[in-house]
Amino acid sequence: MWLVEARTTFARARVRALLLVLSAVPVFIALVVFLSGGPAAGEGPSFLDRVLHNGVFTALAALTVTMPFFIPLSVAVVAGDSIAGEASLGTLRYLVARPAGRARLLWAKAVTVALFCLVAAISVVVVGLIAGVAFFSHGQVVTLSGTTVSFMDGVGRSLLAGLVVGASMFGLASLGVFVSTMTDVPMAAMAVTIGAVVVSAILDSISQVSFMHPWLLTNYWTAFADLARDPVPWHNIWKDLVLQAGYCAVFGAAAWARITTRDVLT
Amino acid sequence: MASTDGLAVETHGLAKHFGTLAAVDGIDLAVPAGSTYGFLGPNGSGKTTTIRVLLGLVNPTAGSWSLLGQGMPHRAMDALPRVGALVEGPAFYPWLSGHDNLARLDALGPDGRSATREARIAGALARVGLTAAAKRKYKAYSLGMRQRLGLAWALLRPRQLLVLDEPTNGMDPQGTREIRHLVRQLAEDGTTVFLSSHLLSEVEQVCTHVGVMHRGKLLMQGTLDELRASSVPRLRVQPDDPAKAVEVLSTLGLSDIGRQGPDVVASMGNVAPEECCRRLVEAGVGVRMLVSEKASLEDAFVALTGEGFDVAR
Repeated sequence: MWLVEARTTFARARVRALLLVLSAVPVFIALVVFLSGGPAAGEGPSFLDRVLHNGVFTALAALTVTMPFFIPLSVAVVAGDSIAGEASLGTLRYLVARPAGRARLLWAKAVTVALFCLVAAISVVVVGLIAGVAFFSHGQVVTLSGTTVSFMDGVGRSLLAGLVVGASMFGLASLGVFVSTMTDVPMAAMAVTIGAVVVSAILDSISQVSFMHPWLLTNYWTAFADLARDPVPWHNIWKDLVLQAGYCAVFGAAAWARITTRDVLT
Repeated sequence: MASTDGLAVETHGLAKHFGTLAAVDGIDLAVPAGSTYGFLGPNGSGKTTTIRVLLGLVNPTAGSWSLLGQGMPHRAMDALPRVGALVEGPAFYPWLSGHDNLARLDALGPDGRSATREARIAGALARVGLTAAAKRKYKAYSLGMRQRLGLAWALLRPRQLLVLDEPTNGMDPQGTREIRHLVRQLAEDGTTVFLSSHLLSEVEQVCTHVGVMHRGKLLMQGTLDELRASSVPRLRVQPDDPAKAVEVLSTLGLSDIGRQGPDVVASMGNVAPEECCRRLVEAGVGVRMLVSEKASLEDAFVALTGEGFDVAR
């Protein structure tokens, strides 16, 4: 069932446009760096100063640029639309009367949104790698720790970074799906989901509330950058994944409780 | 048919409250299997809410119900695949074609074998006259075409019960006729049709049974003839001397006597029409015409729900 759902979602012009815009970012970065000669070492967003040295860093720089806003925004659009979009079109009543099964429907939606998170992040990486190789070197990669690894190792690390970034969106995605079960207005669900990112980011920057930082949705979002170190310090990535799983459990349960009891009135 | 005996839809004290409003106020529906049941009521009388509860879209505040002999909502996965529904108009994805919408929805539940899917879709689209527009996007459909696609969805798989909420909404006269024809055909094949409508003529032409809703309550249900019989027949006379005729009829005990052009009309009560005729002639009134008018469904309906044009609440 989720396969049917995923196919329908990825066939949508809106979803394709989101992926296209995301994929344009690494191309844009590669072009700008190539034409301008790149920023001086230590300037600009992480990895940008290294793009010129190796194509792999185009992918990582693109992830860094899209991570705080572009990717969460597109995830919020897709997740917020998941149930509320069906409700606003009225198709939810036909799905429930089909009977698709309310819990099964939620599962299909959740899997589709999770797939979108991964596809979004991976497409940034893949396009970044292609653009990086096209414009810059594809020799050995100098890691942030100063060691040297092979190009294929660099590619593997970039793809893994994409997976980590995609998985880092799961908590947000589950929150978005939950909010989406609460309303018949998809825009409201999207706005609330983006609002959650903003609130989390603001709290994360206030040191007086540092006690809650380890619990914040966005706290470990930059952990993927550790993959550019050698050896890789995994602890923040693990913490991130565990935290995301926690968010999924909480909001997944809330979404399930809501959708199985909700009156479908649209 | 598995359940030709008994009731296709049965409810006991079914109620749905929204805050203080009792949208459905304890109704006991009994839709015999194989019947064509007209579910009548003014706008806002609780018809659609009832249908939503029946299909498991809305949780009732009180009461129980079953579809095709299966207790709901816990047996929904057994009952609903055999129920085709058109609820409050069609709803499909605007960015998919009619064909793709049906294929997607069919793939999302049990009892929709993919091997037969294409053939079933083609059959259903042909049945509602939508074959030519199958590949066109839903957003390019007219209101009537959308309604037809909704019907095609209801007919996509063999059904034992069809729940059709205002099926001719937005259709042109030819479309309305086709739907009537389709409903009759389905009923002949043994499908129970639960047809919600406020178009009395539509119900009168195709239904065997009726239920009348008003302000969340089921005022009456039974066969069409029982409903007609519930209102008193009227007498229509064309006398040569209307004034004299009125006088005679009132001494006979007829009520509600009035004049319509050359005619005198009255509510007959228990007086037989031949008795009225004999008395008129005996009194020297020339009778040019005398008819005992059976109440139309409209008369019966208005007698039950009142004349008011405003929404019930």
